[in-house]
Amino acid sequence: MAVLTPGFRGRPRSEHALPPGQYEVTDFPVLSAGPTPRVPTDTWTLTVTDETGRRREWSWAEFTALPQERPTVDLHCVTRWSKFGTSWKGVSLDTLFADVETSAGFVLVGCDGGYTTNLPVSDLLGGKAWIAHTYEGSPLAPVHGGPARLLVPHLYLWKSAKWVRSIQLVTQDVPGFWEQLGYHDRGDPWREQRYQGDQ
Amino acid sequence: MTSELVGRAVLGWRVAELVESWPETASARALVLGVPDWPGHRAGQHVDLRLTGPDGYTTERSYSLASPAARSPGGWRLQLVVQRVQDGEVSPYLTDVFAAGNLIEVRGPIGGWFVWSPREGGGAPVLLVAGGSGIVPLMSMIRERRFRRDRTPFRLVYSLRTQADELFADELNRPGIGDGGVETFVVRTREDSPRSGRPAGRISAADLAAWGWPADFAPRCFVCGPTGFVEEVARLLLSLGHSPDDIKTERFGPSGP
Repeated sequence: MAVLTPGFRGRPRSEHALPPGQYEVTDFPVLSAGPTPRVPTDTWTLTVTDETGRRREWSWAEFTALPQERPTVDLHCVTRWSKFGTSWKGVSLDTLFADVETSAGFVLVGCDGGYTTNLPVSDLLGGKAWIAHTYEGSPLAPVHGGPARLLVPHLYLWKSAKWVRSIQLVTQDVPGFWEQLGYHDRGDPWREQRYQGDQ
Repeated sequence: MTSELVGRAVLGWRVAELVESWPETASARALVLGVPDWPGHRAGQHVDLRLTGPDGYTTERSYSLASPAARSPGGWRLQLVVQRVQDGEVSPYLTDVFAAGNLIEVRGPIGGWFVWSPREGGGAPVLLVAGGSGIVPLMSMIRERRFRRDRTPFRLVYSLRTQADELFADELNRPGIGDGGVETFVVRTREDSPRSGRPAGRISAADLAAWGWPADFAPRCFVCGPTGFVEEVARLLLSLGHSPDDIKTERFGPSGP
Protein backbone atom coordinates (compact mmCIF):
# COMPACT_ATOMS: atom_id res chain seq x y z
CA MET A 1 0.00 0.00 0.00
CA ALA A 2 1.17 3.54 -0.72
CA VAL A 3 2.45 5.60 2.18
CA LEU A 4 -0.23 7.26 4.27
CA THR A 5 0.18 10.88 5.43
CA PRO A 6 3.83 11.25 4.27
CA GLY A 7 5.72 13.78 6.34
CA PHE A 8 3.52 13.36 9.41
CA ARG A 9 5.70 13.25 12.54
CA GLY A 10 3.14 13.04 15.31
CA ARG A 11 3.93 12.17 18.86
CA PRO A 12 1.70 11.10 21.70
CA ARG A 13 2.05 14.04 24.09
CA SER A 14 1.08 12.39 27.30
CA GLU A 15 2.85 10.71 30.18
CA HIS A 16 -0.24 8.55 30.66
CA ALA A 17 -1.20 5.37 28.87
CA LEU A 18 -3.80 6.50 26.35
CA PRO A 19 -6.53 4.27 24.92
CA PRO A 20 -6.19 3.78 21.16
CA GLY A 21 -7.02 6.89 19.12
CA GLN A 22 -7.11 9.23 22.14
CA TYR A 23 -5.05 12.31 23.03
CA GLU A 24 -4.67 14.09 26.37
CA VAL A 25 -6.34 17.40 27.27
CA THR A 26 -6.03 19.41 30.46
CA ASP A 27 -9.19 21.50 30.08
CA PHE A 28 -12.68 19.99 30.34
CA PRO A 29 -14.47 20.12 26.96
CA VAL A 30 -18.26 20.14 26.89
CA LEU A 31 -20.30 18.11 24.43
CA SER A 32 -24.08 17.92 24.46
CA ALA A 33 -26.82 17.57 21.90
CA GLY A 34 -29.03 20.45 23.06
CA PRO A 35 -29.41 23.30 25.51
CA THR A 36 -28.14 22.77 29.06
CA PRO A 37 -31.02 21.99 31.45
CA ARG A 38 -31.07 24.05 34.66
CA VAL A 39 -32.49 21.77 37.32
CA PRO A 40 -33.31 23.00 40.84
CA THR A 41 -32.39 20.51 43.56
CA ASP A 42 -35.56 21.16 45.57
CA THR A 43 -37.68 19.30 42.98
CA TRP A 44 -34.93 16.87 41.89
CA THR A 45 -35.43 13.15 42.45
CA LEU A 46 -33.53 10.06 41.40
CA THR A 47 -35.49 6.89 40.71
CA VAL A 48 -34.40 3.30 40.24
CA THR A 49 -37.11 1.08 38.76
CA ASP A 50 -36.67 -2.69 38.53
CA GLU A 51 -38.04 -4.95 35.82
CA THR A 52 -41.20 -5.64 37.86
CA GLY A 53 -41.96 -1.92 38.00
CA ARG A 54 -40.99 -1.48 41.66
CA ARG A 55 -39.61 2.05 42.18
CA ARG A 56 -37.13 3.46 44.66
CA GLU A 57 -36.89 7.21 44.83
CA TRP A 58 -34.52 9.61 46.56
CA SER A 59 -34.97 13.34 47.02
CA TRP A 60 -31.86 15.54 46.86
CA ALA A 61 -31.67 15.56 50.67
CA GLU A 62 -32.02 11.76 50.87
CA PHE A 63 -29.52 11.23 48.07
CA THR A 64 -26.87 13.49 49.57
CA ALA A 65 -27.38 11.79 52.96
CA LEU A 66 -26.35 8.41 51.52
CA PRO A 67 -22.75 7.20 52.07
CA GLN A 68 -20.46 9.28 49.83
CA GLU A 69 -17.36 8.18 47.93
CA ARG A 70 -14.55 10.28 46.44
CA PRO A 71 -13.22 8.60 43.28
CA THR A 72 -10.31 10.04 41.30
CA VAL A 73 -10.67 8.74 37.76
CA ASP A 74 -9.62 9.23 34.13
CA LEU A 75 -12.18 10.29 31.51
CA HIS A 76 -12.19 9.18 27.87
CA CYS A 77 -14.54 10.90 25.39
CA VAL A 78 -15.37 9.23 22.08
CA THR A 79 -14.49 12.54 20.39
CA ARG A 80 -10.89 11.54 21.28
CA TRP A 81 -9.95 13.61 24.29
CA SER A 82 -8.85 11.95 27.51
CA LYS A 83 -8.53 13.78 30.82
CA PHE A 84 -6.55 12.25 33.64
CA GLY A 85 -6.88 12.37 37.43
CA THR A 86 -10.31 14.01 37.82
CA SER A 87 -11.72 14.08 41.37
CA TRP A 88 -15.40 13.57 42.10
CA LYS A 89 -17.75 13.03 45.02
CA GLY A 90 -20.91 11.02 44.79
CA VAL A 91 -22.87 7.89 45.62
CA SER A 92 -21.74 4.50 44.39
CA LEU A 93 -24.23 2.54 42.30
CA ASP A 94 -23.50 -0.34 44.70
CA THR A 95 -25.11 1.78 47.43
CA LEU A 96 -28.16 2.65 45.31
CA PHE A 97 -28.63 -0.98 44.27
CA ALA A 98 -27.94 -2.45 47.74
CA ASP A 99 -31.51 -3.67 48.30
CA VAL A 100 -32.58 -3.98 44.66
CA GLU A 101 -33.54 -7.56 43.78
CA THR A 102 -33.14 -7.97 40.04
CA SER A 103 -32.19 -10.48 37.42
CA ALA A 104 -32.17 -7.83 34.68
CA GLY A 105 -28.94 -7.62 32.73
CA PHE A 106 -29.18 -4.02 31.48
CA VAL A 107 -30.25 -0.51 32.40
CA LEU A 108 -31.66 2.40 30.42
CA VAL A 109 -30.64 5.68 32.04
CA GLY A 110 -32.94 8.72 31.63
CA CYS A 111 -32.07 12.40 32.04
CA ASP A 112 -33.48 15.90 32.12
CA GLY A 113 -33.53 17.14 28.54
CA GLY A 114 -34.53 13.72 27.23
CA TYR A 115 -31.11 12.08 26.89
CA THR A 116 -30.89 8.32 27.40
CA THR A 117 -28.09 5.76 27.38
CA ASN A 118 -27.95 2.00 27.91
CA LEU A 119 -25.43 -0.03 29.91
CA PRO A 120 -25.00 -3.58 31.18
CA VAL A 121 -25.67 -3.83 34.93
CA SER A 122 -22.24 -5.43 35.29
CA ASP A 123 -20.65 -2.11 34.24
CA LEU A 124 -22.41 -0.27 37.08
CA LEU A 125 -21.63 -2.52 40.07
CA GLY A 126 -18.44 -3.50 41.86
CA GLY A 127 -17.06 -0.01 42.57
CA LYS A 128 -17.07 1.06 38.91
CA ALA A 129 -19.84 3.69 38.76
CA TRP A 130 -21.24 6.61 40.76
CA ILE A 131 -23.90 9.30 40.67
CA ALA A 132 -21.62 12.30 41.10
CA HIS A 133 -22.66 15.75 42.32
CA THR A 134 -19.28 17.36 43.12
CA TYR A 135 -16.32 17.94 40.80
CA GLU A 136 -12.90 19.07 42.06
CA GLY A 137 -14.46 20.16 45.36
CA SER A 138 -17.29 22.30 43.91
CA PRO A 139 -20.92 21.53 43.06
CA LEU A 140 -21.03 20.04 39.57
CA ALA A 141 -21.79 22.82 37.04
CA PRO A 142 -24.92 22.43 34.89
CA VAL A 143 -22.82 22.42 31.71
CA HIS A 144 -21.02 19.30 33.00
CA GLY A 145 -24.26 17.60 34.06
CA GLY A 146 -25.05 19.18 37.42
CA PRO A 147 -26.75 18.84 39.76
CA ALA A 148 -25.85 15.16 39.30
CA ARG A 149 -24.51 12.94 36.55
CA LEU A 150 -23.74 9.29 36.13
CA LEU A 151 -19.99 8.61 36.20
CA VAL A 152 -18.81 5.37 34.57
CA PRO A 153 -15.19 6.24 33.83
CA HIS A 154 -14.13 2.90 32.36
CA LEU A 155 -16.50 3.46 29.40
CA TYR A 156 -16.59 6.34 26.87
CA LEU A 157 -18.00 9.45 28.48
CA TRP A 158 -21.32 9.50 26.61
CA LYS A 159 -22.31 6.64 28.94
CA SER A 160 -21.71 8.95 31.94
CA ALA A 161 -25.09 10.60 31.39
CA LYS A 162 -25.44 14.23 32.47
CA TRP A 163 -28.52 15.48 34.38
CA VAL A 164 -29.39 11.90 35.37
CA ARG A 165 -32.86 11.33 36.89
CA SER A 166 -33.80 7.69 36.35
CA ILE A 167 -32.32 4.23 36.04
CA GLN A 168 -34.62 1.60 34.57
CA LEU A 169 -33.61 -2.06 34.87
CA VAL A 170 -34.47 -3.98 31.70
CA THR A 171 -34.09 -7.61 30.70
CA GLN A 172 -33.35 -6.73 27.05
CA ASP A 173 -30.68 -4.23 26.01
CA VAL A 174 -32.47 -1.15 24.57
CA PRO A 175 -30.29 1.33 22.67
CA GLY A 176 -30.22 4.87 24.06
CA PHE A 177 -29.85 8.24 22.32
CA TRP A 178 -26.38 7.95 20.77
CA GLU A 179 -26.61 4.18 20.51
CA GLN A 180 -29.63 4.54 18.18
CA LEU A 181 -27.53 6.96 16.13
CA GLY A 182 -24.79 4.44 15.47
CA TYR A 183 -22.60 4.51 18.56
CA HIS A 184 -21.54 1.32 20.31
CA ASP A 185 -23.76 -0.39 22.89
CA ARG A 186 -20.91 -0.84 25.38
CA GLY A 187 -18.23 1.71 24.50
CA ASP A 188 -15.02 0.34 26.05
CA PRO A 189 -12.25 2.86 25.17
CA TRP A 190 -9.47 0.29 25.60
CA ARG A 191 -11.10 -1.87 22.92
CA GLU A 192 -11.94 1.26 20.90
CA GLN A 193 -15.63 0.40 20.76
CA ARG A 194 -16.73 3.72 19.25
CA TYR A 195 -19.37 2.78 16.69
CA GLN A 196 -21.89 0.00 16.13
CA GLY A 197 -20.05 -3.03 14.82
CA ASP A 198 -16.69 -2.22 16.44
CA GLN A 199 -15.53 -5.44 18.09
CA MET B 1 -28.37 7.56 -1.88
CA THR B 2 -27.46 8.85 1.51
CA SER B 3 -26.74 6.54 4.38
CA GLU B 4 -29.33 6.96 7.10
CA LEU B 5 -26.93 6.90 10.04
CA VAL B 6 -23.61 5.48 10.84
CA GLY B 7 -24.10 2.04 9.31
CA ARG B 8 -25.00 -0.88 11.47
CA ALA B 9 -22.24 -2.74 9.74
CA VAL B 10 -18.65 -2.23 10.78
CA LEU B 11 -17.60 1.24 9.84
CA GLY B 12 -14.19 0.65 8.36
CA TRP B 13 -11.28 2.90 7.50
CA ARG B 14 -11.08 3.92 3.84
CA VAL B 15 -8.16 5.41 2.00
CA ALA B 16 -8.75 8.95 0.74
CA GLU B 17 -6.58 11.12 -1.49
CA LEU B 18 -6.15 14.87 -1.24
CA VAL B 19 -7.36 16.09 -4.64
CA GLU B 20 -7.52 19.84 -4.01
CA SER B 21 -6.90 22.43 -1.31
CA TRP B 22 -6.84 26.19 -0.88
CA PRO B 23 -6.44 28.70 1.94
CA GLU B 24 -9.87 29.74 3.27
CA THR B 25 -8.35 32.32 5.64
CA ALA B 26 -4.81 33.05 6.86
CA SER B 27 -5.12 30.21 9.39
CA ALA B 28 -7.61 27.81 7.78
CA ARG B 29 -7.17 25.51 4.81
CA ALA B 30 -9.94 23.82 2.87
CA LEU B 31 -9.19 20.21 1.93
CA VAL B 32 -11.04 18.19 -0.68
CA LEU B 33 -10.63 14.43 -0.25
CA GLY B 34 -11.47 11.96 -2.97
CA VAL B 35 -12.99 8.80 -1.48
CA PRO B 36 -13.92 6.37 -4.27
CA ASP B 37 -15.94 3.99 -2.08
CA TRP B 38 -17.63 6.60 0.15
CA PRO B 39 -21.12 5.34 1.20
CA GLY B 40 -22.69 8.82 1.26
CA HIS B 41 -23.57 11.00 4.25
CA ARG B 42 -26.10 13.52 5.55
CA ALA B 43 -25.59 17.27 5.80
CA GLY B 44 -24.10 18.02 9.21
CA GLN B 45 -22.20 14.77 9.72
CA HIS B 46 -18.48 14.45 10.37
CA VAL B 47 -15.60 12.11 9.60
CA ASP B 48 -12.68 10.70 11.54
CA LEU B 49 -9.23 11.06 10.00
CA ARG B 50 -6.33 8.76 10.91
CA LEU B 51 -2.75 9.91 10.42
CA THR B 52 0.19 7.51 10.38
CA GLY B 53 3.80 8.36 11.16
CA PRO B 54 6.90 6.67 9.70
CA ASP B 55 7.24 4.45 12.80
CA GLY B 56 3.64 3.25 12.55
CA TYR B 57 2.36 5.65 15.23
CA THR B 58 -1.23 6.69 14.50
CA THR B 59 -3.50 9.41 15.79
CA GLU B 60 -7.07 10.35 14.96
CA ARG B 61 -9.12 13.54 14.78
CA SER B 62 -12.72 14.40 13.84
CA TYR B 63 -13.65 17.03 11.26
CA SER B 64 -17.08 18.19 10.13
CA LEU B 65 -17.94 17.92 6.46
CA ALA B 66 -18.78 21.06 4.50
CA SER B 67 -19.95 19.08 1.45
CA PRO B 68 -23.54 18.41 0.53
CA ALA B 69 -24.55 14.76 0.45
CA ALA B 70 -23.93 14.68 -3.27
CA ARG B 71 -21.64 12.64 -5.46
CA SER B 72 -19.71 14.70 -7.99
CA PRO B 73 -19.30 13.46 -11.56
CA GLY B 74 -15.74 12.52 -10.65
CA GLY B 75 -16.82 10.47 -7.63
CA TRP B 76 -17.24 11.35 -3.97
CA ARG B 77 -15.47 14.54 -2.93
CA LEU B 78 -15.47 15.43 0.76
CA GLN B 79 -14.64 18.98 1.77
CA LEU B 80 -13.46 19.90 5.23
CA VAL B 81 -11.78 22.94 6.72
CA VAL B 82 -8.79 22.66 9.06
CA GLN B 83 -8.01 25.55 11.39
CA ARG B 84 -4.31 25.66 12.29
CA VAL B 85 -3.73 25.26 16.02
CA GLN B 86 -0.26 26.54 16.96
CA ASP B 87 1.88 23.70 18.36
CA GLY B 88 -0.83 21.26 17.40
CA GLU B 89 0.06 17.66 16.66
CA VAL B 90 -2.22 17.27 13.65
CA SER B 91 -3.59 20.57 12.32
CA PRO B 92 -0.23 22.13 11.27
CA TYR B 93 0.48 18.98 9.25
CA LEU B 94 -2.90 19.19 7.52
CA THR B 95 -2.63 22.94 6.85
CA ASP B 96 1.05 23.12 5.84
CA VAL B 97 2.45 19.72 4.80
CA PHE B 98 -0.29 17.40 3.52
CA ALA B 99 -0.08 17.74 -0.29
CA ALA B 100 -2.21 16.95 -3.32
CA GLY B 101 -1.93 13.26 -4.16
CA ASN B 102 -1.09 12.29 -0.55
CA LEU B 103 -3.22 9.60 1.09
CA ILE B 104 -4.99 9.64 4.46
CA GLU B 105 -7.43 7.25 6.12
CA VAL B 106 -11.01 8.36 6.68
CA ARG B 107 -13.87 6.75 8.59
CA GLY B 108 -17.50 7.75 8.48
CA PRO B 109 -19.98 9.22 8.13
CA ILE B 110 -20.46 9.81 11.86
CA GLY B 111 -23.23 11.49 13.83
CA GLY B 112 -26.94 11.24 13.12
CA TRP B 113 -28.30 13.96 15.40
CA PHE B 114 -26.91 17.28 14.16
CA VAL B 115 -28.16 16.68 10.61
CA TRP B 116 -30.61 18.29 8.23
CA SER B 117 -32.39 16.94 5.20
CA PRO B 118 -35.13 18.53 3.09
CA ARG B 119 -37.82 16.03 3.97
CA GLU B 120 -37.56 16.69 7.70
CA GLY B 121 -39.52 19.09 9.83
CA GLY B 122 -42.64 19.55 7.71
CA GLY B 123 -41.46 22.78 6.12
CA ALA B 124 -40.59 24.54 9.39
CA PRO B 125 -37.99 27.24 8.76
CA VAL B 126 -34.40 26.65 9.78
CA LEU B 127 -32.15 28.88 11.86
CA LEU B 128 -28.42 28.22 11.64
CA VAL B 129 -26.18 29.91 14.21
CA ALA B 130 -22.42 29.54 13.72
CA GLY B 131 -19.52 30.59 15.88
CA GLY B 132 -16.16 30.61 14.07
CA SER B 133 -15.43 27.28 12.40
CA GLY B 134 -18.84 26.08 13.60
CA ILE B 135 -19.97 27.30 10.17
CA VAL B 136 -18.61 24.13 8.53
CA PRO B 137 -21.45 21.63 9.18
CA LEU B 138 -24.00 24.43 8.67
CA MET B 139 -22.49 25.18 5.26
CA SER B 140 -23.08 21.52 4.43
CA MET B 141 -26.79 22.09 5.16
CA ILE B 142 -26.95 25.24 2.99
CA ARG B 143 -25.28 23.38 0.12
CA GLU B 144 -27.55 20.36 0.61
CA ARG B 145 -30.59 22.66 0.37
CA ARG B 146 -29.21 24.12 -2.87
CA PHE B 147 -28.32 20.74 -4.34
CA ARG B 148 -31.75 19.26 -3.57
CA ARG B 149 -33.52 22.38 -4.92
CA ASP B 150 -35.25 22.65 -1.56
CA ARG B 151 -37.14 25.86 -0.69
CA THR B 152 -37.14 25.67 3.11
CA PRO B 153 -36.56 29.22 4.46
CA PHE B 154 -33.07 29.39 5.99
CA ARG B 155 -31.52 32.10 8.11
CA LEU B 156 -27.85 32.00 9.07
CA VAL B 157 -26.38 34.11 11.87
CA TYR B 158 -22.60 33.76 11.66
CA SER B 159 -20.45 35.13 14.47
CA LEU B 160 -16.74 35.66 13.96
CA ARG B 161 -13.98 37.87 15.31
CA THR B 162 -13.14 39.89 12.20
CA GLN B 163 -13.91 39.81 8.51
CA ALA B 164 -10.54 38.15 7.91
CA ASP B 165 -11.78 35.08 9.82
CA GLU B 166 -14.80 34.51 7.56
CA LEU B 167 -14.99 31.05 5.99
CA PHE B 168 -16.88 30.57 2.70
CA ALA B 169 -17.02 34.36 2.35
CA ASP B 170 -17.60 34.39 -1.43
CA GLU B 171 -20.28 31.75 -1.30
CA LEU B 172 -22.15 33.46 1.53
CA ASN B 173 -21.82 37.04 0.28
CA ARG B 174 -22.74 36.31 -3.33
CA PRO B 175 -25.37 33.63 -2.99
CA GLY B 176 -25.64 31.46 -6.06
CA ILE B 177 -28.60 30.09 -7.93
CA GLY B 178 -30.63 27.96 -5.57
CA ASP B 179 -29.77 30.03 -2.51
CA GLY B 180 -32.89 32.19 -2.76
CA GLY B 181 -34.50 32.03 0.65
CA VAL B 182 -31.19 31.79 2.51
CA GLU B 183 -30.58 35.00 4.46
CA THR B 184 -27.17 35.52 6.04
CA PHE B 185 -26.24 37.95 8.80
CA VAL B 186 -22.67 38.26 10.02
CA VAL B 187 -21.91 39.29 13.60
CA ARG B 188 -18.37 40.53 14.18
CA THR B 189 -17.20 40.45 17.76
CA ARG B 190 -14.00 42.48 17.45
CA GLU B 191 -14.72 45.06 14.76
CA ASP B 192 -17.66 47.16 13.61
CA SER B 193 -19.65 45.98 10.60
CA PRO B 194 -19.84 48.99 8.30
CA ARG B 195 -22.44 47.48 5.99
CA SER B 196 -25.01 46.69 8.67
CA GLY B 197 -23.88 49.43 11.07
CA ARG B 198 -23.57 46.87 13.86
CA PRO B 199 -20.86 47.79 16.39
CA ALA B 200 -18.32 45.18 17.50
CA GLY B 201 -19.65 42.87 20.17
CA ARG B 202 -20.73 39.38 21.06
CA ILE B 203 -23.94 37.91 19.72
CA SER B 204 -26.97 39.14 21.63
CA ALA B 205 -30.67 38.45 22.06
CA ALA B 206 -31.28 41.52 19.86
CA ASP B 207 -29.21 39.98 17.03
CA LEU B 208 -31.13 36.71 17.23
CA ALA B 209 -34.48 38.49 17.49
CA ALA B 210 -33.70 40.66 14.44
CA TRP B 211 -32.01 38.07 12.25
CA GLY B 212 -33.43 34.77 13.46
CA TRP B 213 -37.04 33.60 13.24
CA PRO B 214 -39.80 34.44 15.70
CA ALA B 215 -40.27 31.62 18.20
CA ASP B 216 -43.92 31.38 17.01
CA PHE B 217 -42.64 29.97 13.71
CA ALA B 218 -41.11 27.03 15.65
CA PRO B 219 -37.97 27.03 13.51
CA ARG B 220 -35.52 24.19 13.82
CA CYS B 221 -32.34 25.67 15.26
CA PHE B 222 -28.84 24.32 14.68
CA VAL B 223 -26.12 25.94 16.77
CA CYS B 224 -22.46 25.06 16.28
CA GLY B 225 -19.27 26.60 17.61
CA PRO B 226 -17.05 26.77 20.68
CA THR B 227 -18.63 25.68 23.96
CA GLY B 228 -19.09 29.14 25.48
CA PHE B 229 -20.70 30.43 22.29
CA VAL B 230 -23.08 27.49 21.95
CA GLU B 231 -24.04 27.67 25.60
CA GLU B 232 -24.83 31.40 25.31
CA VAL B 233 -26.77 31.11 22.03
CA ALA B 234 -28.84 28.20 23.35
CA ARG B 235 -29.63 30.25 26.47
CA LEU B 236 -30.62 33.29 24.36
CA LEU B 237 -32.85 31.18 22.10
CA LEU B 238 -34.63 29.74 25.15
CA SER B 239 -35.07 33.28 26.53
CA LEU B 240 -36.66 34.32 23.21
CA GLY B 241 -39.23 31.55 23.62
CA HIS B 242 -37.80 28.78 21.45
CA SER B 243 -38.45 25.25 22.67
CA PRO B 244 -35.44 23.26 23.87
CA ASP B 245 -36.77 20.42 21.68
CA ASP B 246 -36.17 22.58 18.58
CA ILE B 247 -32.54 23.43 19.42
CA LYS B 248 -29.78 21.08 18.32
CA THR B 249 -26.25 21.89 19.36
CA GLU B 250 -22.82 20.76 18.36
CA ARG B 251 -19.95 22.05 20.42
CA PHE B 252 -16.46 22.21 19.04
CA GLY B 253 -14.34 21.65 22.06
CA PRO B 254 -10.81 22.77 21.56
CA SER B 255 -10.90 20.18 18.81
CA GLY B 256 -7.64 18.50 19.48
CA PRO B 257 -4.10 19.75 19.32
